[in-house]
Amino acid sequence: MNHEAAPHTFIAESRELLRDMEAALLTLERSAADPEAVNAVFRAMHTIKGSSGVFGFDVIVEFSHAMESVIEELRAGRVAVDEVLVALLLACGDHVASLIDCLDADDRLARLEAARPAGADLLQQLACYGAPGGNGQAPAPDPARPPAADGIASGCWHVSARFAPDVLRHGMDPLSFLRYLSSIGQVETVVAVWDAMPGAASMDPEACYIGFELQLSGALGRQEIDAAFEFVRDDSSIVILAPHAAPAEYAALLHERAEPELGAALLQCHALTPDELAQALALAKSGWRGATAAATAAATGDAATAAPPVAGADAARARGAAEARSLRVHAGKLDDLINLVGELVIASAGVSLGAQRAQDAELREATASMNRLVEEVRDAALSLRMVPIRDTFARFNRVVHDLGRDLGKEVELVITGAETELDKSLVEKLSDPLMHLVRNALDHGIESPDKRLLRGKPARGRVQLHAYHETGSIVIEVADDGGGLDRDRILERALERGVLQPGQPLSERDAYQLIMEPGFSTAQEVTSVSGRGIGMDVVRRNIDSLRGSIAIDSVPGEGTSIALRVPLTLAIIDGFLVGVGRSTYVIPLKMVVECLELSPEDRARVRESGYVNLRGEVLPLLRLRELFDVPGDAGRRENVVVVNYGGERAGFVVDALLGEFQTVIKPLGRLFDRLSGVSGSTILGSGEVALILDVPGLVHRVLQADPLPQPRDGRAPAGPEQDGVDRSVRGNRHEGEQSC
Amino acid sequence: MAIITTRDGGTPVRVTVEGSMTIYEAAEHKSELLAALGDATALELDLGEVDEADTAGLQLLLLARREAAHAGKTLRVVRLGPALAEVLDRWGLRGAFADPPLH
Repeated sequence: MNHEAAPHTFIAESRELLRDMEAALLTLERSAADPEAVNAVFRAMHTIKGSSGVFGFDVIVEFSHAMESVIEELRAGRVAVDEVLVALLLACGDHVASLIDCLDADDRLARLEAARPAGADLLQQLACYGAPGGNGQAPAPDPARPPAADGIASGCWHVSARFAPDVLRHGMDPLSFLRYLSSIGQVETVVAVWDAMPGAASMDPEACYIGFELQLSGALGRQEIDAAFEFVRDDSSIVILAPHAAPAEYAALLHERAEPELGAALLQCHALTPDELAQALALAKSGWRGATAAATAAATGDAATAAPPVAGADAARARGAAEARSLRVHAGKLDDLINLVGELVIASAGVSLGAQRAQDAELREATASMNRLVEEVRDAALSLRMVPIRDTFARFNRVVHDLGRDLGKEVELVITGAETELDKSLVEKLSDPLMHLVRNALDHGIESPDKRLLRGKPARGRVQLHAYHETGSIVIEVADDGGGLDRDRILERALERGVLQPGQPLSERDAYQLIMEPGFSTAQEVTSVSGRGIGMDVVRRNIDSLRGSIAIDSVPGEGTSIALRVPLTLAIIDGFLVGVGRSTYVIPLKMVVECLELSPEDRARVRESGYVNLRGEVLPLLRLRELFDVPGDAGRRENVVVVNYGGERAGFVVDALLGEFQTVIKPLGRLFDRLSGVSGSTILGSGEVALILDVPGLVHRVLQADPLPQPRDGRAPAGPEQDGVDRSVRGNRHEGEQSC
Repeated sequence: MAIITTRDGGTPVRVTVEGSMTIYEAAEHKSELLAALGDATALELDLGEVDEADTAGLQLLLLARREAAHAGKTLRVVRLGPALAEVLDRWGLRGAFADPPLH
């Protein structure tokens, strides 16, 4: 079989099913009798088995069949759910997931074979639960039914299939269904139906025009046949009729297909005798409503007598219906769309600029409404990539469950804000850092039950995952009610390592930030001292690369909360354009609070003090002209743009306020990786390039304006926070030169 | 070149397909098969060297056969490789191609 185009749908759906199964298993552990959860587990394995069969992934079929047999026992109530079984099934699910992972590679069959031995142990354990003789044959077939009084003569299952035009392109060759059906039963007759193929001129050589009518014998259940078509059911039309079905069912089929040649095909494959066909045709003609109703009734009757899997099939079908409302699109296409929208935004900025210069009222009005539409298109395009964080969070149920057991701690995971949406590409990049944080919380944060009781806390620990939106960012908090960070030990350690000088004042927050220093996290002894640290520098690096920030709060004895704050999207933002001399800069609009004009008397004073009195509050200032070493003197007027990031405020002193601007973020090249104060660039309507200010980094820099003496050796280059630490606001010229 | 069209100055025109007859070649094969058919009054298909085939390949054979019939031309498969034979068998279409000797 040739499936060079990887069966992406199969891989994606299987992973989804495995996730569902995992969730269901965890539910089962809590409430053993939940029949819905048992069904979900069964459904997942059954579907994966059926579809793997279609693709010829025998290793997966074999393993999932063994799992299915045990779950079958569970459904029948012959095996009770307990922790051991759940753990075993979870491990089996992991094994199936690793088998599915093999499919990503080109040499997938070889890889699958190589992965087979890894499951041997699990198979043995499964066999202990297995049904009597369960490890060989497929699920119980339909009990042989005597032909119904008014049923047709043929004792075979009839499968009528018409495929969606795209199936071939998606790597699903109808041939694989034919091959699969002949592997589970005996294909008595096949009649290809291809009358739908258009003339040579309009025939698309990559589209599928061919379907089949097929008679299948063997001790089979409907479910088993049905499962083969799981991944094409949504857009293809598959009708399965039981042996000795009522003529009304064939009447309904004839009516539904409305193909003039179908009757002949049914005769040709011996599904119907000429008399039966005549009867069915008459029924179809005389009133198809009656025919379908009768067919439905017949089908239901059939379902009632069929094997138990039918309940699962119905649920699966309902699920299929729900999925039909959404559409799977290749991620690359979305990226292309977003890129195009980005270009459109830039181009429309150019048009607006031209319209403004042209002094043409009509043109200006037209561009204004076009701009509004472009903005809407932009938002709509970006929202296509937004997904709720639910799935990412849900994974941690398993992590907490397993790790808690390994560590001998009882831990409850509380998830809130799971519906919060964020960019799909962010989800992937956040999952590693979150994993680190959750593991840390369990490993080092939550104390052992004895210790907790001793401290007057409930024995069961609590880890909370919480997500919410805040000013153009998404904030994800990982909180535990464990022992908290030991500030004194951290400082002690920092002094030892020379990261900190004696007598250096340090705020609570900054002290905690120290645990994310590279040197701090990797060393074994630090882990035991600080009670934290595996990979915290990795977490920070990941978050930095997303232009995000990390805030740590901790109360000794009560717990630790780590908040990751990351911009919502990586592609396009609303920007606020400011001018300094001849240069233009963009500040993300969501972070702009207000703008003030600096009065001449203020200007002189501000130059000295570096801050301004904003309605009774101290507002530290940063002069962009000096920061970026823009040549020339300050203009006649100066303005302050007040920005807010993570609750901290600062003012940027600029010459001119140029208004709002839709900003398509163009990443800076690797050459500028270490550049601080600038997070990207963009192209203005005029074609000029403007730098996007890294507000979080700059705000941090301003707040750190009191220079702290820092050793400059042996520190890895990192995010703006670090760079800002040891430099005053004005002492930073050489970096400005780089950027200009 | 997967398709070789041979004209010995007369009819029938022989078309030899080698290698794969799958969706990856389908677009190319379609135009070549139809072109060959357009030039000839009778076509002989040598499919003995086809070592891989799928439903897309099969559909092209069905198309060529139908087009030939519509134009009153003859189309005959003179050799059939095992891969293609399996596909035809699975689809119950072996008989549709005049039972040529198996390669």
